[in-house]
Amino acid sequence: MSEHVNLKAIARLVPEGSRVLDLGCGDGALLDYLQTQRKCSGYGVELDDRNIHACVKRGVNVIQLNLDEGLTMFADQSFDVVLQIDTLQHLRNAEVMLRETVRVGRTGILAFPNFAHWPNRLSILTGRMPVTKRLPYQWYDTPNIRVGTYADFAQLASQNQLKIIDCFGLQEGQEIRAWPNLMAGTAVFKLQR
Amino acid sequence: MQRIRTFEFMPLIAQSQSMYFEAPLALQSGATLRAYHLAYETYGTLNADKSNAVLICHALNASHHVAGVYEGQEKSEGWWDNMIGPGKPVDTQRFFVIGVNNLGSCFGSTGPMHAHPDTGEIYGADFPVVTVEDWVDAQAKLLDALGIQTLAAVMGGSLGGMQALSWALRYPDRVAHAVVVASAPNLTAENIAFNEVARRAIVTDPDFHGGHFYKHGVVPQRGLRIARMIGHITYLSDDVMNEKFGRELRAAVTSNATGYRYSTQDVEFQIESYLRHQGDKFSEYFDANTYLLITRALDYFDPARTLGGNLTAALAQATCKFLLVSFSTDWRFSPSRSREIVRALLDNKRDVSYAEIDAPHGHDAFLLNDERYMNVVRSYFENMSQALAGDHP
Repeated sequence: MSEHVNLKAIARLVPEGSRVLDLGCGDGALLDYLQTQRKCSGYGVELDDRNIHACVKRGVNVIQLNLDEGLTMFADQSFDVVLQIDTLQHLRNAEVMLRETVRVGRTGILAFPNFAHWPNRLSILTGRMPVTKRLPYQWYDTPNIRVGTYADFAQLASQNQLKIIDCFGLQEGQEIRAWPNLMAGTAVFKLQR
Repeated sequence: MQRIRTFEFMPLIAQSQSMYFEAPLALQSGATLRAYHLAYETYGTLNADKSNAVLICHALNASHHVAGVYEGQEKSEGWWDNMIGPGKPVDTQRFFVIGVNNLGSCFGSTGPMHAHPDTGEIYGADFPVVTVEDWVDAQAKLLDALGIQTLAAVMGGSLGGMQALSWALRYPDRVAHAVVVASAPNLTAENIAFNEVARRAIVTDPDFHGGHFYKHGVVPQRGLRIARMIGHITYLSDDVMNEKFGRELRAAVTSNATGYRYSTQDVEFQIESYLRHQGDKFSEYFDANTYLLITRALDYFDPARTLGGNLTAALAQATCKFLLVSFSTDWRFSPSRSREIVRALLDNKRDVSYAEIDAPHGHDAFLLNDERYMNVVRSYFENMSQALAGDHP
């Protein structure tokens, strides 16, 4: 769970009592919140040793796994909700993982940095890759190997015949429903197969 | 039973104890063990409602001496002393920890070197074949005798992890947590093959006498040495062996450029010297029949066997919470084997956490101090302890 994505804004999308799989769950804060505030249960998936420890410390179930190796460990439709919060942009096989997300879960909720947010566009206009609070890395050291936009993702979803249940932008913790591709640093999509 | 109070600055003092069981134990094979002793040790204090007991299960060559040292014997640390003790990841100031020696072993519990209670004859090769399930049943009898109904946790590495898993299946209402480290749902063919080489080394030693070597006053030490050598190789990783020994010679000769002795039988390389030393040490304290029995128990363990190999169906019995840990360079009990268990638990919607530690030390890593591994286990037990305190303020 990234500090850039408002925890409650995502949690609100997860029905109470859901079985949740959180891909790239970080320190387990979102799952912890969903368990204690929304009666959810489930697992996080993480690669980083420190995050594994943080999750165990919180009492959040966590599975240490490299998402680039796929989700073969999880059965079809075994979760109500599969979350990918600030995870997609780090994945080599982002499209496969999108399909896997809706194979394993009845609903997928994804959030990722929107490259088409207006400050990023301005930066590109000046001839430089954006370095912002939301995208704090230089082009040569960024872990964000998939840079896409709100509009790009909507297209990828439809290309994979996924139903968009809801989608909006997030900026400073606020939902942005007008011109999200321009006005929001984060894109949020709720999808079903 | 007098328990020693422990302080941070004082070493934990361990006391070996023994419990006698008069009622026969029915074994998986259909045989029965007429009567038996179980050697065990306990550390820490059992709380008033007896909810803080943790059972530690041992692997091939270990015993009930899990933690602490024996009075006046500084170097007698238990085999998991880095993990268990006051202030350690499994904290004996919070938990009542029990170590138990398994049946057929050679460290105090009834085994092949003991006499059959009716005939007075030393069992030797006639000691009944015992399985992981039999050990777990015997451990349950020990808990009954100690007045403990439910374990806060059962924990083990390697073969010990198989026992922890078996506990979760055989006594689901008696276990709240199972901690399964560097283990597997069964052995692969390659793994059974290693065991068989070790067994053949022992059985073909002329001093073995069909397992009745005690009455000949000899010990099949040659076989035990080789068994230990092959076992030891499989517990390490190629990288660690290279780092530790490489191609280093034991004592290079100066009369030629290579430093080699050009001998087929001398100890030439350091790795040879190390393996021989390990083999020698082992052959002096370990029992040959025990080695056969324990490797067989490893081979036989396969909770999914009667369910057509369906581990998910087998683990449906387990209701406790699980922590699994594996180590990236462990090729004897590889991470993929632990993942099979994790997957079966996920299929059953059980609470499970899984840490795959990227450590260079092979299977041995489960006995070593890797900070990430220790931290995960420590936090897991801390949560357990807080939950126990919360339930009973």
